[in-house]
Amino acid sequence: MTRLIGERLAYVAGIGQSAVGRRLGLSEMELTCQAVLAAIDDAGLVPADVDGLSTYPGAGHGTAAGGFGGPGATEVIDALGLAVDWYSGSFEGAAQLQAIINGCMAIATGLARHVVVYRTVTEATAQASGGRPGMGGGRAGVSGPFQFLLPFGALSAADWVAYSAQYHFRRFGLTRERLGQIALNGRANAALNPKALKREPLTLDDYLAARMIAEPLCLFDCDIPCDGSTAVVLSHVDTAADARHVPVQVHAAGTAVWGRPSWDQWEDLATFPGRDPARHMWSRADVGPGDVDVAQLYDGFSMITVLWLEALGFCGTGEAGEFLEGGGRIARDGALPLNTAGGQLSGGRLHGFGLVHEAVTQLRGDGGPRQVAGPPEVAAVANGAGFTAGCLLLTRGLL
Amino acid sequence: MGGRRRVGDVLPLRLKPFLDPDNRAFWTGGAGGDLMVHRCDDCGWWTHPPRPRCRRCLSTRVRPRRTAGRGRVATFTVNHQPWIPGSDLYIVALVELVEQAGLFLTTNLVDVDGSEVELGMEVEVVFEEAGDGIHLPLFRPVGRR
Repeated sequence: MTRLIGERLAYVAGIGQSAVGRRLGLSEMELTCQAVLAAIDDAGLVPADVDGLSTYPGAGHGTAAGGFGGPGATEVIDALGLAVDWYSGSFEGAAQLQAIINGCMAIATGLARHVVVYRTVTEATAQASGGRPGMGGGRAGVSGPFQFLLPFGALSAADWVAYSAQYHFRRFGLTRERLGQIALNGRANAALNPKALKREPLTLDDYLAARMIAEPLCLFDCDIPCDGSTAVVLSHVDTAADARHVPVQVHAAGTAVWGRPSWDQWEDLATFPGRDPARHMWSRADVGPGDVDVAQLYDGFSMITVLWLEALGFCGTGEAGEFLEGGGRIARDGALPLNTAGGQLSGGRLHGFGLVHEAVTQLRGDGGPRQVAGPPEVAAVANGAGFTAGCLLLTRGLL
Repeated sequence: MGGRRRVGDVLPLRLKPFLDPDNRAFWTGGAGGDLMVHRCDDCGWWTHPPRPRCRRCLSTRVRPRRTAGRGRVATFTVNHQPWIPGSDLYIVALVELVEQAGLFLTTNLVDVDGSEVELGMEVEVVFEEAGDGIHLPLFRPVGRR
């Protein structure tokens, strides 16, 4: 029996993004409408063509709840007058990318042919009244896995990710100079992205002088909350002949959880829960790490990017420090151009979907002044860490 | 580095766990000076977080058992950002208990400066009373007063 890699039945037909910034004064619904309608238009479609809708994390995470998520699926369906055969809004799965993978699955099953997928954040607006909070504000008592973290002041993923960073510093010789290349590279690329939040030059001296958040992570190792929405339209490959742009196929998804899905119970401190979706993705792919032309790897914290570089096999476990030395390999003209729109560290915390948008932009050759040479044919996108992680391979054209 | 704190003086305010039948012994055992962790009576496997099934053999014969209250620092961070307003530097650590490889607890280290902490450092439990019968297991270097 031929093995079904059903995600390949879907391709990215359109991308769209709202205004991106700090406290834009736009509602979460307005941002979402901007992105969704732009993506539908970019795909050469009209809203009536869309028969599926998917989002992460779904309803209940809007501005009033901290701005981690925008309006839920049914609210957006209603706001835009859509009539869909299938929809989904869910938090659990292969991190933010699960919303896209769900869309692929809807297409593969025949439940939908044109699925719009969006992710909205309004964390800048939500946090406008104070500093960036940790988890747990106003909670009477904590249950579930976070009860074993929050009572000890481990209130932010900064603390949980610092565990991995400290381990890599002590066991594998990672240094601030090497880790800092993630932030410096992001800033250099953000200078060529008009939507990026931070575009002024960042030097290694600036990085080394920054205040600590959770040692060894400093301010520039943490992404920047923003307001914005990003959307993609996924379509069935049998519509590709009509596509307005070169189709960007979903070549393979990585969704597995084989170890313990947890921020502090993962068995192997040298790796992280991205290890499993990475292996899973390569097991479904016809290409390998050496074939990847551009990488968009989650940088909610710089250290997560380091862990994805190792998990995806761009270097061995513990070898990312050497890989990052000097920053040349990850630059736009390097062997593995990384986070070419500035990532979340400088571009803004669009929370995974900004990376997807940039991967498609690069594969289409539409990167303008930040376009990497080629144009690239294979892009890797990774999202998440801790209890939730996932990755995708995207290709220019249908393989 | 920095972050040397004493029991009762790590944070100005702590979030508390919501007690349930599974976690009660872990969070309250410190009243008697004991760090209690779920262990399987059938296969001997320690399971944390505490849950009603052994995560190795799925036996229901799992119950809180006394541990030695000793472990090693697996990794750690000195937290600087005041997520809780008014907090000073403090150490968040992942401690691997001596009972089983990979039996991890997130905790705070006390009576030690961040600059002194090494991976593998031997530590012992010391409890901080948090009210409502809850005793948070913190750790300090073995023999430290």
